[in-house]
Amino acid sequence: MKHVVGKAVSHESAQGHVTGDALYTDDLWPRYPRLLHAWPVQSPVACGQVLSIDVRDALALEGVVHVLTASDAVGEADTGAARRDEPLFPTEICYHGQALAWVLAETQDLAQRGAAMVKVETAAAEPILSLRDAETRDSFHTKQGKIAWGEVAVALKSAPHVQEGELFVGGQEHFYLETNAAIAFVDEGGSVHVHSSTQHPTETQEIVARVLGLPRSQVVVQSLRMGGAFGGKEVQANPYAAVAALGSHVTGRPVRVRLDRARDFQLTGKRHPFWGRYTIGFDDDGMVQAFDLRLISDGGWSLDLSAPVLHRALFHADNAYRIPNLCVVGRVAKTNRCSQTAFRGFGGPQGMAMIEDALDRVARCTGIPADQVRERNLYRTGDHTHYGQVLEDGDRIRTIWTSLKEKSSFETRREAIAAHNATHAHQKRGIAMTPVKFGISFTAKFYNQAGALVLIYRDGSIQLNHGGTEMGQGLHTKMRQVAAEALGVSLPRVRIMPTRTDKVPNTSATAASSGSDLNGAAIKNACDKLRSRLSQVAARMLGRDAAELIFEADRIRTEDGHGGTLSFAEVVDRAYLDRVQLSATGFYRTPRIHFDEEAGRGKPFHYFAYGAAVAEVQLDGFTGMYAIRRVDILHDVGESLSPLIDIGQIEGGFAQGLGWLTQEELFWSADGRLSTANASTYKLPTLGECPEEFHVHLLPKAATGDVIYGSKAVGEPPFMLAFSVREAIRDAVAAFATERPSAVPLGCPSTPEQVYWSIENIRSISRTAGYASRNDGVGIGARIGE
Amino acid sequence: MATRFTLNGEDVSVEHVDPHITLLNWLRERGLTGTKEGCAEGECGACAVVLRRASDQAGSRYIPVNSCLMVMGQVEGQDVLTVEGIAKHGLHPVQDAMIRTGGSQCGYCTPGFVVSMFCEFYRPERASEGFDLESIAGNLCRCTGYRPIRDAGRSLPMVSADDPFQASLKEDAPALQGFSSGADSAHYVRPESLEEALRVFHEHPELVPLSGGTDLVVEMNQRHRRFPEGILGLEAVPELQQIAWHDDYLEIGAGVSLSRIEDECGARLPMLAELLPLFSSRLIRNRATLGGNLATASPIGDSPPVLLAMGAEIRLASVSGERVIAVDELFIGYRQTALRPGELIVSVRIPRPWPTLSRFYKVSKRHHDDISTVAAAFALVLDESGCITHARLAYGGVAATPVRAFAAEKALVGQVLGDKTHRKVETALSGAFTPMSDHRGSAQYRDAMVTSLWRKFYTESQESCP
Repeated sequence: MKHVVGKAVSHESAQGHVTGDALYTDDLWPRYPRLLHAWPVQSPVACGQVLSIDVRDALALEGVVHVLTASDAVGEADTGAARRDEPLFPTEICYHGQALAWVLAETQDLAQRGAAMVKVETAAAEPILSLRDAETRDSFHTKQGKIAWGEVAVALKSAPHVQEGELFVGGQEHFYLETNAAIAFVDEGGSVHVHSSTQHPTETQEIVARVLGLPRSQVVVQSLRMGGAFGGKEVQANPYAAVAALGSHVTGRPVRVRLDRARDFQLTGKRHPFWGRYTIGFDDDGMVQAFDLRLISDGGWSLDLSAPVLHRALFHADNAYRIPNLCVVGRVAKTNRCSQTAFRGFGGPQGMAMIEDALDRVARCTGIPADQVRERNLYRTGDHTHYGQVLEDGDRIRTIWTSLKEKSSFETRREAIAAHNATHAHQKRGIAMTPVKFGISFTAKFYNQAGALVLIYRDGSIQLNHGGTEMGQGLHTKMRQVAAEALGVSLPRVRIMPTRTDKVPNTSATAASSGSDLNGAAIKNACDKLRSRLSQVAARMLGRDAAELIFEADRIRTEDGHGGTLSFAEVVDRAYLDRVQLSATGFYRTPRIHFDEEAGRGKPFHYFAYGAAVAEVQLDGFTGMYAIRRVDILHDVGESLSPLIDIGQIEGGFAQGLGWLTQEELFWSADGRLSTANASTYKLPTLGECPEEFHVHLLPKAATGDVIYGSKAVGEPPFMLAFSVREAIRDAVAAFATERPSAVPLGCPSTPEQVYWSIENIRSISRTAGYASRNDGVGIGARIGE
Repeated sequence: MATRFTLNGEDVSVEHVDPHITLLNWLRERGLTGTKEGCAEGECGACAVVLRRASDQAGSRYIPVNSCLMVMGQVEGQDVLTVEGIAKHGLHPVQDAMIRTGGSQCGYCTPGFVVSMFCEFYRPERASEGFDLESIAGNLCRCTGYRPIRDAGRSLPMVSADDPFQASLKEDAPALQGFSSGADSAHYVRPESLEEALRVFHEHPELVPLSGGTDLVVEMNQRHRRFPEGILGLEAVPELQQIAWHDDYLEIGAGVSLSRIEDECGARLPMLAELLPLFSSRLIRNRATLGGNLATASPIGDSPPVLLAMGAEIRLASVSGERVIAVDELFIGYRQTALRPGELIVSVRIPRPWPTLSRFYKVSKRHHDDISTVAAAFALVLDESGCITHARLAYGGVAATPVRAFAAEKALVGQVLGDKTHRKVETALSGAFTPMSDHRGSAQYRDAMVTSLWRKFYTESQESCP
């Protein structure tokens, strides 16, 4: 029986959020006297060489204190996390707007004016700005990766039907509301202290130490809370922390780096655009026999996390479908764009987009409704993936599918939609249902560990430290619930502390949806130790056996109710007097995961999270504009640690996926400049995109073995539920056809313009016979997609 | 002169303000960091604060505005409330609702939502109309997907009798008075009459006229544009603030906020009622003005196609007198107007008769708070026999300026709106403009929309009057 875990509680900082009292990194700067503001000097070209940087005019401006350039380097001036490929003061220019030097001034206004006065001489070269260019010019960061199962070539030859397709899926700006920020100063002990809006304080500490040439013990990094991150601050917070730290080291004054929105857009990486080319073989019943997929991702100018992102795309090429013969290869292209990075789903969505696109071709070609094609191909318990991992609870996806189909009245609504479409020439509706299977664990095995430090004070109050960071996902809320549950205390007794590298060392990034799995287990480990010690004390006080004691709601009592009760605080006080240790560390490592990259075999994931969504849309045939009429979701979070938080993650993830697939469009001009570098040109979903009917349910009775309190991770999987919207749009586009089309190509993101062209395409096919030979999904999406 | 205003109920006086400093930056530097910067161009609402403006009934109303787009000079004399002030009597019902529904995740956009929702909470019409979702449509959230925020809004209680903020609404809105302030050479000058404004502008032609600031302050924030001589703030000129219904025309002061036009004119002019909800967001409309939207002369501004279609005229004034020009004559090139040195836009006149059939269409990536890819405004005046006597078809986003489709208009006048006329109009519109490609849409798409929107109009007009 759980008392705190599983309860719907508000975000632990909710009161601070609504009153404005909750502080974020950049809110702290007015607290630091003599603080300097930093502003980047940016490259005017996308590719080339820096010939010279002349800072004299800038330094002559009163209030400009210093310009950080290569001559200030004290350690190793490279912030690359995956490899040393991100020089802090580059001589080779790799992308438009790249920071070449940093002006430090008394005010931000002066820093900006100073930056404009720095003279940079460059020699421009021809940039690589598309995946096609990169392929033609053989520009890659990595060798080809591959995962294969079965005999794809053979199976494709023998398959009754074969379809080929090609899809560009675009990038996506994280657009965390809080842009990257860091404040660094040298503290009273001589350590460099950095406040950073980072998902990975340990790595930020590592990079700052590297840049300053210090041992990591001389650097403390704190991540108070973030105003959103979504993967965008997993490694990309590091350079700005490093600039602040170096600036502080050079000037002896606190230094603030805060990117404004445009700088954040221009400088920092985004979701990887992917180019997929596939061949799918299937039979008359729509059963997939073989899937051959080639992927190229746009890694941008540096490697960053592109290798594991690509790998996750390979791992998720199957989505939730059993495909007996599957071969997926992929490679990371090197281009002159910002360095693409982690973003919710981490390559998974891009991999899954391809099979969803291909399955629609199967449906159109066979004439079987798309939802049935998907349903027939779903995994079952005991099936294995293309890398050999057995699905221990694979039937869950079928349970979800069946239950959601009923809950959402899918069949009845499909009929109603057909009736509507028959009487409306210009407004067509569509409905679609798509599944999600997502592997949980870092694919870099060593990341699957976590630590915690729990301190109980003599008055019975508790401080909770763990390695995870709070970015809005509710990790701290869940971790408090876990600690309170494990210690049998009420929530207010547990104070969550800001994440700091001097409390829990050598932590992993809060990423891969793993925050609560890893840190929760480490916290439980620490709390179990403390509870065991306190049990001994309480047992002595009550004259009972420790095994008989119950810790619950700040009281300790015996199971039978006899023998009195003690308050948590009095037991703690007694423990102190008895010289019992009241602090404990906890540790966790995910068991039984392994993967052989060479062979492409193993069990890389501790488990899978599942979900499915049904979406209904209405399109306007004149403009391609559309509205989402209704969305139903059923998602598997195991036994929810915190339902209000989990539902928030599902809805929010879905909305973000919806943005990626339908409206968020990054546009680079011919010279490599990002022309959608702020909210006026880059359009996130607003309230208007939130369907009026939006039903989200958690899969009941879903306790998961071997995960903290039976829960499942929730951060990323719901993102991919949004495929349902894109497929519903496609369904509605198809309704404009006068006869059944053999394919419905639809560009991605499926903006009104893309939808319009897709409708026009369908109409033109209806007007001219002989469509069967057409197979040109790319023409439509290529303009912006690549 | 110091800049004086009320902040969270307390009088504040600030000396030597650089006229480029925004209210947002001033607040944050002062440690009032609850107000956040998300974009610094009025698109996200994280910086929203509360002002009080005059009510069309008695007393005043709370309105949310983007503090990133207000320079300190504009704040002079205002009554400002920030998220910190909203909590000063304990948790406010909107704050409580946001906590209860799980309306905050990362919390960074939350203060802005609280501010927008706070103003909606006190909107007198909420009691009968219910919570207006439009009130929070200008606030971006990247975490929640909005559902819990929407639920928070819809779950708000009615205003209680002893509500401490309700009392202030019985008072008149602060009357803005003339003043000037500044640091070094740059000043913010706020005249109190049109005559004074024109004189000051004549004497200091280097001053930059500023109305709502929703375009010019974006330039300051995003391109670090500076006005070395200073700013001519027009918000206290009463002649620019009037709405007058004459027999022959409606006259809307150049400085009237779009929200006021929406409230006071929307019900009588359907095309305005269609246009304004699609015009950016309420946060922007609370500051933005018709005069500003015209003077900035963007080819993708939303109001010019509507004004072109309605045959609006622009009243201009300078120290040497007044003149009235057709709105067609205002736009002479990309972001260029026919305004002469020293001239200000005083008002916009929309002549009668109002069109018999009219529609405004906006094609954009999302339905709300977006910039047009293509906008179209169609207005037809029909006589009793159904014959078209006046036709005006206007577009934005298809040329360097907002434009009319003259050939198509010619094909309509004197005809009855039927399939034959429709086809002639289609032919006239086909390839009528040479739009360009950009991040909002390709030239081909824009070109397609020119005829497709007409087709939509024609189809809908046939459906509505069979």
